[in-house]
Amino acid sequence: MEKMSRVTTALGGGVLTGRTMHCHLDAPANAISVCRDAAQVVVAGRSIFKIYAIEEEQFVEKLNLRVGRKPSLNLSCADVVWHQMDENLLATAATNGVVVTWNLGRPSRNKQDQLFTEHKRTVNKVCFHPTEAHVLLSGSQDGFMKCFDLRRKDSVSTFSGQSESVRDVQFSIRDYFTFASTFENGNVQLWDIRRPDRCERMFTAHNGPVFCCDWHPEDRGWLATGGRDKMVKVWDMTTHRAKEMHCVQTIASVARVKWRPECRHHLATCSMMVDHNIYVWDVRRPFVPAAMFEEHRDVTTGIAWRHPHDPSFLLSGSKDSSLCQHLFRDASQPVERANPEGLCYGLFGDLAFAAKESLVAAESGRKPYTGDRRHPIFFKRKLDPAEPFAGLASSALSVFETEPGGGAMRWFVDTAERYALAGRPLAELCDHNAKVARELGRDQVAQTWTMLRTIYCSPGLLPTANLSHSMGKGGSCGLQLMNSFNLKDMAPGLGSETRLDRSKGDARSDTVLLDSSATLITNEDNEETEGSDVPADYLLGDVEGEDDELYLLDPEHTHPEEPECVLPQEAFPLRHEIVDTPPGPEHLQDKADSPHVSGSEADVASLAPVDSSFSLLSVSHALYDSRLPPDFFSMLVRDMLHFYAEQGDVQMAVSVLIVLGERVRKDIDEQTQEHWYTSYIDLLQRFRLWNVSNEVVKLSTSRAVSCLNQASTTLHVNCSHCKRPMSSRGWVCDRCHRCASMCAVCHHVVKGLFVWCQGCSHGGHLQHIMKWLEGSSHCPAGCGHLCEYS
Amino acid sequence: MAEGENEVRWDGLCSRDSTTRETALENIRQTILRKTEYLRSVKETPHRTSDRLSNTESSDGLNKLLAHLLMLSKRCPFKDVREKSEFILKSIQELGIRIPRPLGQGPSRFIPEKEILQVGSEDAQMHALFADSFAALGRLDNITLVMVFHPQYLESFLKTQHYLLQMDGPLPLHYRHYIGIMAAARHQCSYLVNLHVNDFLHVGGDPKWLNGLENAPQKLQNLGELNKVLAHRPWLITKEHIEGLLKAEEHSWSLAELVHAVVLLTHYHSLASFTFGCGISPEIHCDGGHTFRPPSVSNYCICDITNGNHTVDEMQVNSTENVSVSDSFFEVEALMEKMRQLQECRDEEEASQEEMASRFEIEKRESMFVFSSDDEEVTPARDVSRHFEDPSYGYKDFSRHGMHVPTFRVQDYCWEDHGYSLVNRLYPDVGQLIDEKFHIAYNLTYNTMAMHKDVDTSMLRRAIWNYIHCMFGIRYDDYDYGEINQLLDRSFKVYIKTVVCTPEKVTKRMYDSFWRQFKHSEKVHVNLLLIEARMQAELLYALRAITRYMT
Repeated sequence: MEKMSRVTTALGGGVLTGRTMHCHLDAPANAISVCRDAAQVVVAGRSIFKIYAIEEEQFVEKLNLRVGRKPSLNLSCADVVWHQMDENLLATAATNGVVVTWNLGRPSRNKQDQLFTEHKRTVNKVCFHPTEAHVLLSGSQDGFMKCFDLRRKDSVSTFSGQSESVRDVQFSIRDYFTFASTFENGNVQLWDIRRPDRCERMFTAHNGPVFCCDWHPEDRGWLATGGRDKMVKVWDMTTHRAKEMHCVQTIASVARVKWRPECRHHLATCSMMVDHNIYVWDVRRPFVPAAMFEEHRDVTTGIAWRHPHDPSFLLSGSKDSSLCQHLFRDASQPVERANPEGLCYGLFGDLAFAAKESLVAAESGRKPYTGDRRHPIFFKRKLDPAEPFAGLASSALSVFETEPGGGAMRWFVDTAERYALAGRPLAELCDHNAKVARELGRDQVAQTWTMLRTIYCSPGLLPTANLSHSMGKGGSCGLQLMNSFNLKDMAPGLGSETRLDRSKGDARSDTVLLDSSATLITNEDNEETEGSDVPADYLLGDVEGEDDELYLLDPEHTHPEEPECVLPQEAFPLRHEIVDTPPGPEHLQDKADSPHVSGSEADVASLAPVDSSFSLLSVSHALYDSRLPPDFFSMLVRDMLHFYAEQGDVQMAVSVLIVLGERVRKDIDEQTQEHWYTSYIDLLQRFRLWNVSNEVVKLSTSRAVSCLNQASTTLHVNCSHCKRPMSSRGWVCDRCHRCASMCAVCHHVVKGLFVWCQGCSHGGHLQHIMKWLEGSSHCPAGCGHLCEYS
Repeated sequence: MAEGENEVRWDGLCSRDSTTRETALENIRQTILRKTEYLRSVKETPHRTSDRLSNTESSDGLNKLLAHLLMLSKRCPFKDVREKSEFILKSIQELGIRIPRPLGQGPSRFIPEKEILQVGSEDAQMHALFADSFAALGRLDNITLVMVFHPQYLESFLKTQHYLLQMDGPLPLHYRHYIGIMAAARHQCSYLVNLHVNDFLHVGGDPKWLNGLENAPQKLQNLGELNKVLAHRPWLITKEHIEGLLKAEEHSWSLAELVHAVVLLTHYHSLASFTFGCGISPEIHCDGGHTFRPPSVSNYCICDITNGNHTVDEMQVNSTENVSVSDSFFEVEALMEKMRQLQECRDEEEASQEEMASRFEIEKRESMFVFSSDDEEVTPARDVSRHFEDPSYGYKDFSRHGMHVPTFRVQDYCWEDHGYSLVNRLYPDVGQLIDEKFHIAYNLTYNTMAMHKDVDTSMLRRAIWNYIHCMFGIRYDDYDYGEINQLLDRSFKVYIKTVVCTPEKVTKRMYDSFWRQFKHSEKVHVNLLLIEARMQAELLYALRAITRYMT
């Protein structure tokens, strides 16, 4: 084929100019291709086949190749390609399976050159050899690829993919003889053009059809593939096995993929359905597209970079019947809208957060973030000079470690494991839990339990009995009683006495004030509280007005008897040291009031001394007790639960909720309960306390929670012989007809709990194995392994 | 008499553990005995009017139980249950209670019972399928028993159906069954309607809805229009239909719900085609599947009569006589020969573009007029018409008036590229399941044709598939529609056309008169192709409308 006069002069090495623009086509486009002079583009579709000149300000229609009166299916194009060597040569793939070549140099109106009707089904893709003038490759729905020499009337060779349909074929740009083809079944094949008998290499690239592929213009052996599974993958073909280098997850199936010229890691994609935008990705940052073009109103069907060495002009055709030129500088950059901040807690109290570097720098200059016991670790992303957006979305990651042991949540685990939540009378449960809490040094919690017991379990007791009881034991029972009364009536007294104006009265202050009677100052170093610059509030509640209606307890009365004592702190002994201070109501510390306390820190305010001497006082107040119905306290208990929950001790809230059951449930709204439950379960699961968490789920009355352990209860087992899943029954394999799980002790099939040694993989009935290992440390199967049962 | 105590729980029988099944059966036995005792005691005492009422009620209840037991004794995949159920029935009979017996001739009226796999003689793979199906639904329906001719397909079918009806999805369970009822009722398929009425009630659906579509929530009523168009003239679906459903104030559907509903509708439309196409008999435990009368009284099955079918005797005569063996033998030979010819001369004889296009148009137009001559009016067997509106709307009117079906080009919107992506986006995993099902149905082959082995049937299968799509106006650019005329003879076309467009009119005669030498399993295979092609065609139109709405 001889080269005829050029249709237009090429921009001889000049700079491309233009702007973002679009033009309306008469019909939806299926594919576009650019002439090598970067000044013309061909658009092909079912009922359109035109060449447009790309001018400075607009597209100008140059030529309509669809001539003839009756439109033929040969003109219904699925794909079009412009030869990159010869400006007059085009090829189209028709939906009826015909491959047509066009010679723009023909003098007549009809430029159709040759017709190849060898494919039986739709031809999905045609591709010219990048350097050879006469070699054309086609891939069709019938599963064949054909190589045509344009100087001959029929195909030179036929390649059978042994599969249903070929979706894309692409000649390698670097390797003269190689081409890649992608298939509907998810495979990618590499072929040598000289060897039509079998492919050089085949691998499964995607789940479902692979719609497109593109060779990297510079990096030898890099192939990008896009599939219906919404992924773009970059493969390195130079190694022995095709290696997946990068994977970009998009939001819709990928219809086309094209490497961006001059940008090694960039590629453009458009999707087959639903999503109309064109994205340019940096394959190293697979989560946020580097750029996005949003001009089209329907799916984009064809994309092409205007010039093989200019990264800023992208052309696209769409089902919405328009042709667009996109300028890279006009693209929207999702990364600008991205939020580069993140915060996450580790299991052991480590805290990591990422923020814009600028912010972090400013912040850390301003305030020392790090206490002497916390070590920040900084990671900084290496800046890549080739990365144009590095500055935009880079963020610094800081990790704060708590000192080993410092933030130990041992108490949480112990409490969770040892608490009794059901199955015994309320009184016993309360006592038990109080005991547990006390043993763990959480006295306030212990006290709460004891109070609960008193409130809900002893309404029948006579005041005198109560009195003697508390007297006799010097016990906590009476004490708690008193305290629970104290909390409201003491407040005004204290408040009036000391007039601390910094107090912030809120609901929680009731409970805080409970401890005010103890008048212990627990002083701690405030810096610890989340780096807050707010000094700890020494609070005295000026409590809500209604408080004074309650029983009077003269605060004066209590104070003289206040002992000095040092109390163990419950939550973070290392961080909150308690200092002896002279008695005095005025220095009550209330951390709870500080808005900066984070809930999960579980900083339980330092509170609540247990003091037996108190019991003396309680006498007078115990008298009031028994006349009151337990309902009377429900508000109080509710507030108490809220208090604990907000302190971060959701464990307490949930435990009390479960233990008290109906007694308080009605007072707390469903959503809050559910929230508590889920938080607690989440915590338990983080600590891998599966049994406890399951028990909590089981005991919960909230529907949403109790259905948690009803979901995904299926257990899938594989046969131990043939390794295939056992579908019908858990113990007999359908395929090899063997019983998969035999007990090594009794040699019967295990149908229930099966326990096995992870060392030698022998096992059997739980009871049998347990019994066996009591007597022997060797494996019951006789394999000689020393099994361990823990 | 306390109902709760006598409520029978069948779910224990679905267990794979034989001891669980045993206890469940024992409970059932005791309940039935109690009921029987009660009935007898009532009989002995003098009747009062109120008593009589409750008497008929409870004897109805007992009969239902007995029918269910009968079903179990025949159709349960577990041998122990079959035997025990039979034993219970026997012992009841000894007590003087009339027990039911199955009506009809096995799962299908068209296929002799002996051709169909007997429960109990299945191989391991089929047994696993049966057990799965039984575990999921508590029954082994006749559809399954017929489809098991092609276990590979059946597996995929059951998986999909199970997912659609019972697994995660945007629609509540009773909605799903109700939509199934609506869809099946569109084709007056009382078999499917009965089946799903039971399921609908079982999952807690409101029995009031069953009195008619106007008693269902407005949201479901809105779906009626789409159901109607989809079943009979899917090419008329526009984005306005979709918009109407999605923007109906408080009754609007979400996109995900709509896709779920559309998949269900198309599934049940095509399943109705299968039911009629293979002449599925009523389930043993449903109405019309059993009788309490002694054998001599009746030879008729209600459904046979109402569906325009004939009595058993007549049918048997039909199938054996009029065609001589040699005739039908030549049929197969001729078909084989044509396929060979087409294969060979494909490249030589090139039809012009115009001719190719006109061939499609001709085929499409002709398909409108392909109808059996015996076109008697059919009255719905049961009162199924109440589940949909506008009963006169059907495929027939349109074909008689020669309306034009616009051409839908697969190359512009196909299942693999577009439909799949849309479904999978809005109703995850289902796209995958349906895609697998289409693939299996389209590619299923045993390389046999009647008595011939090692035949490449792909051309024939493609002709059938494309013929069905052609009836819906769906065109493949790369297909020569002349092939259809060569490969499918008139009686076959009549059958295809009837099964796909007006399944309620399929008769045993039609079934028998096409492909006379072919095996029943091959005819079932054809049916699988028909229903999948139909489902895909409907889905394509519906999904294209949704896509257009979204853009």
